[in-house]
Amino acid sequence: MIKKIHITCLLFLLLATSLMILEGPVTAEDAGDELVEFPVPPPPFSEGIFPCSNCHAGMEVNTTKRELEFHQNIKLKHFDGWCFDCHNPDDRDTLRLASGKVISFKESEFLCGQCHGTIFRDWKAGVHGKRTGMWNGRKEYRLCVHCHWPHAPRFKPIKPLPPPVRPDDIKYRKLRPEEIPSNPLEEILRGEKR
Amino acid sequence: MPGRDEKNNPGFRLIDRRGFLKGAALGLMSMALPHRSDASFWEGFFQKHFREMNSEEIREVIKRLEKEYKEKYKVDFNIKTTKPLPGVLFGYGLDISRCIGCRRCVYACVKENNQSRDPQIHWITVLRFRKGEKWVSNLEEADKYYYPDRVPEEGYFYVPVQCQQCENPPCVKVCPTQATWKERDGIVVIDYNWCIGCRYCMAACPYGARRFNWGEPRIRREEINPNVHYLGNRPRYRGVVEKCTFCIQRTREGRYPACVEICPVGARKFGNLLDPKSEIRYCIEKKRVFRLKEDLNTFPKFYYFFAI
Amino acid sequence: MADIYQPIRNFFITLKQITVGNKWYYAWVGFLSLLVLIGVVSYIQQLNRGLILTAMRDQVSWGLYISNFTFLVGVAAAAVLLVIPAYLYNFKPIKEIVLLGEMLAITAIVMCLLFIVTDLGRPERAWHILPVVGAMNFPSSLLAWDVISLNGYLIINCIAVFYTLYRLSIGKEYKMSVIWPIVIISIPWAISIHTVTAFLYNGLSSRPFWNASILAPRFIASALCSGPALMLIIFQIVRKVSKMEISDTAIFKIAELIAYAMGVNLFLFGAEFFKEFYSGSIHLAPMKYLYFGLHGHSNLVIWMWVALIFNVTAFFLFLRPKTRENFFALNLACVLIIIGVYIEKGMGLVVPGFVPGTLGEIYEYTPTGLEKNVTIGIWAAGALFFTLFLKFALPVYTGELRFKAPENEK
Repeated sequence: MIKKIHITCLLFLLLATSLMILEGPVTAEDAGDELVEFPVPPPPFSEGIFPCSNCHAGMEVNTTKRELEFHQNIKLKHFDGWCFDCHNPDDRDTLRLASGKVISFKESEFLCGQCHGTIFRDWKAGVHGKRTGMWNGRKEYRLCVHCHWPHAPRFKPIKPLPPPVRPDDIKYRKLRPEEIPSNPLEEILRGEKR
Repeated sequence: MPGRDEKNNPGFRLIDRRGFLKGAALGLMSMALPHRSDASFWEGFFQKHFREMNSEEIREVIKRLEKEYKEKYKVDFNIKTTKPLPGVLFGYGLDISRCIGCRRCVYACVKENNQSRDPQIHWITVLRFRKGEKWVSNLEEADKYYYPDRVPEEGYFYVPVQCQQCENPPCVKVCPTQATWKERDGIVVIDYNWCIGCRYCMAACPYGARRFNWGEPRIRREEINPNVHYLGNRPRYRGVVEKCTFCIQRTREGRYPACVEICPVGARKFGNLLDPKSEIRYCIEKKRVFRLKEDLNTFPKFYYFFAI
Repeated sequence: MADIYQPIRNFFITLKQITVGNKWYYAWVGFLSLLVLIGVVSYIQQLNRGLILTAMRDQVSWGLYISNFTFLVGVAAAAVLLVIPAYLYNFKPIKEIVLLGEMLAITAIVMCLLFIVTDLGRPERAWHILPVVGAMNFPSSLLAWDVISLNGYLIINCIAVFYTLYRLSIGKEYKMSVIWPIVIISIPWAISIHTVTAFLYNGLSSRPFWNASILAPRFIASALCSGPALMLIIFQIVRKVSKMEISDTAIFKIAELIAYAMGVNLFLFGAEFFKEFYSGSIHLAPMKYLYFGLHGHSNLVIWMWVALIFNVTAFFLFLRPKTRENFFALNLACVLIIIGVYIEKGMGLVVPGFVPGTLGEIYEYTPTGLEKNVTIGIWAAGALFFTLFLKFALPVYTGELRFKAPENEK
């Protein structure tokens, strides 16, 4: 028995293909729901900011690097570039790849993927970034910009949840129902819902 | 043995004179008489090993347990016994280069899997290491109680540890009553109604993944997750062992485990090791993976990797 | 026609002996009963609220109970030290007292079972470990092996003791044809109970301190010190308070055997000590924790050095014929060995398996008052059981109580 397990363990990567024929694995494709390519929620615009053409339609295009008057929150901390490396000066409601190809904000991953090729590859496979949903069916992707603010993509540090109780502090306690400690995550989730 | 301050010692304090007699009387009663006067007590006592019951017997047990949980927690439970999916062997990937040590996974797990809030039980332990210190085989430098204002911290990295779902699990080997076993989809499960609480499995586990219910597990009523699996997240009893089951109640229905879905940096990956197109197979084939304590030949199905 | 109920009636007549004694006897039994009561009450507390009342936690999941269990398996196994010279070498002085050794083994096993049951989280489910009615994980789990070997040893010794007593009660010697197979089984079985108990720890690759192949030999060697040391003290008490005669020759012979066993024990310890400290791999940590402290945690250090000093002192006291034949030195050495081995093979064995833990955590386990109460209660229960057992057996053994042999035995 144990020997059998050993062999399975050692060789299961090699055997995987043959096992699949024998057992017929559940793959992403045949698990019912059809696999939509990169199903992502809409991009996370700040309220009232989109479409950009609402303001920009009549404005002149200014390519000099400068402190922005309106978008004061944007201090570019990404690469040594400027707005029009990504934004399309001719149509502010779209983005523009280096090749000149115009894309919508809903497929911005192609823009990021121009520089971050290996990460883009991992993202497509579901290995970079978060995926939710079904491991064997429909998966929900996130756009790069859902997690990384493109103007300063580095993650901001966050507050960790509390450490476990030390063994010396685990004691018998008489608790009324309302005294039972609450899960600290509940508070965060309530905050996110609001 | 060196005496601890006996005033702070719960065992010592409890035995004052009044408590002495009261405890004795209550204890004798609780030993002599079933807590529930109906037949349910004896049905529970003589409940068979999960794997030795036929589907009819399992149905009856589920009915009884749902009733018991309802009485105890005042919540309607739905206890599933979903079987393993054919052609599936679960595997897990964790990207150490991404983990920021925020412990969201720890508490998402607690929420999903009905862990006792007091005495506290966590199935996931996040270890913090100082960069450059030895860590891979000597975990002595690990700190699991770190609590800075913000994470990640400069100069540290984080390694979450939970049940590694070994292909060759030492805990299963040592269990004297076969109360824990490996399912066909590779998940190591426990029958909480069969475990005698000897804790031999905890001594055998090289990953500190098993937890014991030292006291009566307690959860706020409004925080209970009533969608449970018999071998997974149903409420446990005092005196039995529990551990991570890759969220068996979710994953056998195709969903991702709770820790995968909560992770804010997407460091947690999950899928079918037998499916060459799965995320976990991608990690194994495209990244450099390693497993904890490979020298022990336990063959975990929990892979750590570095995406960058 | 022979009355088949006669032996049973005789048994109860003999059993009545335990109710008669002088005031010292009653005081002793009363004292032990009080301790047992304290233990029982503490245990009931534990049943009501769970093992949370102990100091054991996920980091150190076994503690004082399992430590005592391990020590007592050694005491039980040590009966073999009397059985071998008594039956294999027909050494008369020891043959006269081998019965006491077997009775002590029975007592020790009963105590072991009590310690195991008190350590269980769900004692009412203990039957799950049995074959047929439960789901015994044999041969995979060493705990299943231990259940078989301990209970088997209990049965073997019960047969040996009660058969011998029965024959004596009707004024007959035991038949060699009956006792010989028992002896032949009991010698390897005694070694096996302790080997299996050692393997229980030994087989866990997750715990480097236990995962050393020297563990089982060390277990046997230390058992052959502590068990007989306990016996020597009991023998001296027994011959003082009863009519049983125990010769000095037997006592000195056992003392000599203890010296050899302790010599081996110290040598094996030294071998382990050298290997860990000279190679200095990461597996040194538990040993370092025991003898020098680890990352500022040093609860056990003083105890381990006490144990080592006691063991070494006792070794020399037993080794020299002059000191071991002096009753003061002999008893001192016995006490030193019992304490030394109790520390070394109790807490000194169980705790370092868990410190540092598998994830590197150090939790300094110190038993709670409740754990100590339960432990004292079980020891008192053992002492009480042994006292009553002696009270039952000695009158038969010394010939004060005799019955008529059944017809067919005449």
